[in-house]
Amino acid sequence: MWNAIALVSASPVPTLSNPLVWHRLQFAFTIVYHYLFPQLTMGLALLIVVMKGLALRPGGEVYARAARFWVRIFGLNFGIGVVTGLPMEFQFGTNWARFSQLTGGVIGQTLALEGMFAFFLESSFLAMLVWGEKKLGPKKHFAAAVALFVGSWLSGVFITTTNAFMQHPVGYTRGPDGVLALADFWTYLLNPWALAQYAHNQMASLVTAAFVVTAVGAFWLLRGVHVEQARLNVKVGTIAGLFASLVVAFPTGDIQAKLVARHQPAALAAMEGRFESGPRAEIHLIGQPNVAERRLDNPIGVPAVLSFLAFGTFNADVKGLNDIPESEWPTSVELLYYAFHVMVGLGTLFIGLMALANVLRWRGWLERSRWLLWTLMLAFPFPYIANTAGWMTAELGRQPWLVYGLLRTADGASPTVHAGSTVFTLIGFAGLYFVLGLAFIFLVGREVLHGPDGHTANEVPHA
Amino acid sequence: MPELTTLWFWIVAVMVTLWSVLDGFDFGVGVLHRFVGRTDSERREVLAAIGPVWDGNEVWLLASGGAIFLAFPRLLAAAFSGFYLPVIFVVWALILRGVSIELRSHLPSPLWRSFFDTTFAIASAAVPVLVGAALGNVVRGVPLTADGFFELPLFATGDALGVLDGYTVLCGGLVLVTLTAHGANWLVWKTGGAVQQRTLAVRTPLWLAALTLWLVTGAATWRVAPDVFAAAGTAPMAWLGLALVVGGATTVLLKRHAERAPFFGGVAFIAGSLVTAVACLFPVVLRASGGPGLSLTVTNAASGAIALQSGLMWWGPGVLLAASYLAWVLRHFRGKVVAAQDGEGY
Repeated sequence: MWNAIALVSASPVPTLSNPLVWHRLQFAFTIVYHYLFPQLTMGLALLIVVMKGLALRPGGEVYARAARFWVRIFGLNFGIGVVTGLPMEFQFGTNWARFSQLTGGVIGQTLALEGMFAFFLESSFLAMLVWGEKKLGPKKHFAAAVALFVGSWLSGVFITTTNAFMQHPVGYTRGPDGVLALADFWTYLLNPWALAQYAHNQMASLVTAAFVVTAVGAFWLLRGVHVEQARLNVKVGTIAGLFASLVVAFPTGDIQAKLVARHQPAALAAMEGRFESGPRAEIHLIGQPNVAERRLDNPIGVPAVLSFLAFGTFNADVKGLNDIPESEWPTSVELLYYAFHVMVGLGTLFIGLMALANVLRWRGWLERSRWLLWTLMLAFPFPYIANTAGWMTAELGRQPWLVYGLLRTADGASPTVHAGSTVFTLIGFAGLYFVLGLAFIFLVGREVLHGPDGHTANEVPHA
Repeated sequence: MPELTTLWFWIVAVMVTLWSVLDGFDFGVGVLHRFVGRTDSERREVLAAIGPVWDGNEVWLLASGGAIFLAFPRLLAAAFSGFYLPVIFVVWALILRGVSIELRSHLPSPLWRSFFDTTFAIASAAVPVLVGAALGNVVRGVPLTADGFFELPLFATGDALGVLDGYTVLCGGLVLVTLTAHGANWLVWKTGGAVQQRTLAVRTPLWLAALTLWLVTGAATWRVAPDVFAAAGTAPMAWLGLALVVGGATTVLLKRHAERAPFFGGVAFIAGSLVTAVACLFPVVLRASGGPGLSLTVTNAASGAIALQSGLMWWGPGVLLAASYLAWVLRHFRGKVVAAQDGEGY
């Protein structure tokens, strides 16, 4: 009876003719695809700066060689990142026009700042980094690498701050017509949510880069080729990987979780599949949220740990979804639950794997442990999955709000764009990105197979 | 407040103009790419002429969009959603343009390179046509409703106007031909040998076509938007714009055998045309076909005063930084370009 009422009273089920579904799907698809590239290039830019910095010391040629290989991979990733980033800028206006109209007076700041302070820096020095080593010499070329690192990490600042406003709006006033206006620039820019989210996100990006560098090193070691370069990559990758995997969990992930617990109780309850409120809340390792019955099926959990992680004491009361009106529940409790659990589960495994790899490398056993090299080689897709799941947690947890507590997602889409147009453009993006993906994988795979010195160097003897 | 919104109007106008004159020659080079470069080495020379700058030039578009988002969010919301399909087509074309330049020379295969050469040319032609058509719509007016949005079919049918119809396609053609001529100016400056010779052969005809289309489009504008046309008489900035157009056109024609001067003539011509157009529209930022009361203006489309003031605080330093990067790149990029070897450039 209860459930029947709940179903009837819930907002009308969005049919597949509702443009909102397609606007959301198109944004989700284009942003998830786009972020496969910056998440590598931001972390990799830092590792390239480290390698090129070490290369400036006497006898650093081995690092210069490694950096040269990674600059080629960086260039391919950056190129695809730039072009798949274009739709992100445009979709604010094309698909989310009502949102832009209402919030541009606030978030326009950071989106304009990104163009001015990040994109110009990155785009001006990219060609210099990718093609300019001979022309520039080691020091200026190092400076170009620093420029790309600073530019890409600044881009992250502005995008994260924009998103943080949507998660936890600060520094604004709201007019009678619902239009948001900036009240204080620095309050907006220094949103505490943004600081935590940025630190967490950048460390997660470094996890991806570290795993990719490690995987290429492990691949070459398993094949028994380019051994010196392979060792260097495994060393740099596993040290960075352990550091980043630890910091992404604590303190950055911990701070982020506490912010969610305090400001988005509905998101926290859905992330954990928690329906009943109460103290000593358990954290669930396994289980399937059964939303119709309002319970978690087949749960395995640890008592009181969620209370501790969310509020710092084992007795803290953690709200369940039953005590939150359904109109404020995230729109997909199930997907949010799994996104969060995939992120946390993988993040925990990353710490274990990288700790083990470092111990064995330090003892000199790593290269004999072929099973571990295999694991390190095959592990590289998982940080991409964890990063994606992390962003899905943030964005699904924000639902049903576009700007938390102020503007509902359903009220933010373009009023004049119907589903027929959006389905068409989504199909177009899917086709275009599929072809781009094929070309990208082919070209990167070719570089990895050719090894540290690139295809041209290898081809010269045959020419 | 009125001064602030007017200031932002001109900031946006300057940024859009910078995108047009800087990325404009990239598009023109793309259109000419297959014709003026016949061998692989010649095509690499063409690509080398824009390789280090195209991405930074494109950023002026994103930065302009950011400035519009900051200062006139209602304009961004109405224009991008109203022109939904053409805007997405522009995005697709920009994606294809970018990957064509970046991926083309990664493989030695002639088929791979030929594919990207053609994609580069088509994508480079599509952007000016679509942007020109959108500009035509903005000048003529769009069917804005009271809530500040509009819908417009992609094609004209019968009496109903469309994003693409006689007048707007004429505007698209003007922008395409002008930017192709502008690209020819850049190639004459930056290349030598056969590429330069072939470009020289088409440059003057292209500019004559561009000037003719400019006059035809001007006359057509007088027909479809007489009040916009008439505003030129009372807007001092429009006189400045027209002076730039005349000076630029004269330079292009009189110095047609020179290497550098015509490029700056082209810059003046393009910038002057845009300045004239926006000066005639001011204070309107998106003209309503249903009457001036429905138009979006610098006043009713603007953000709050704090947003506009905060933006000004960092905009100046931002532009100085962007200009200094550009100067740094151009200093390392001075002189004629040479075709890159595999693995060493575009």
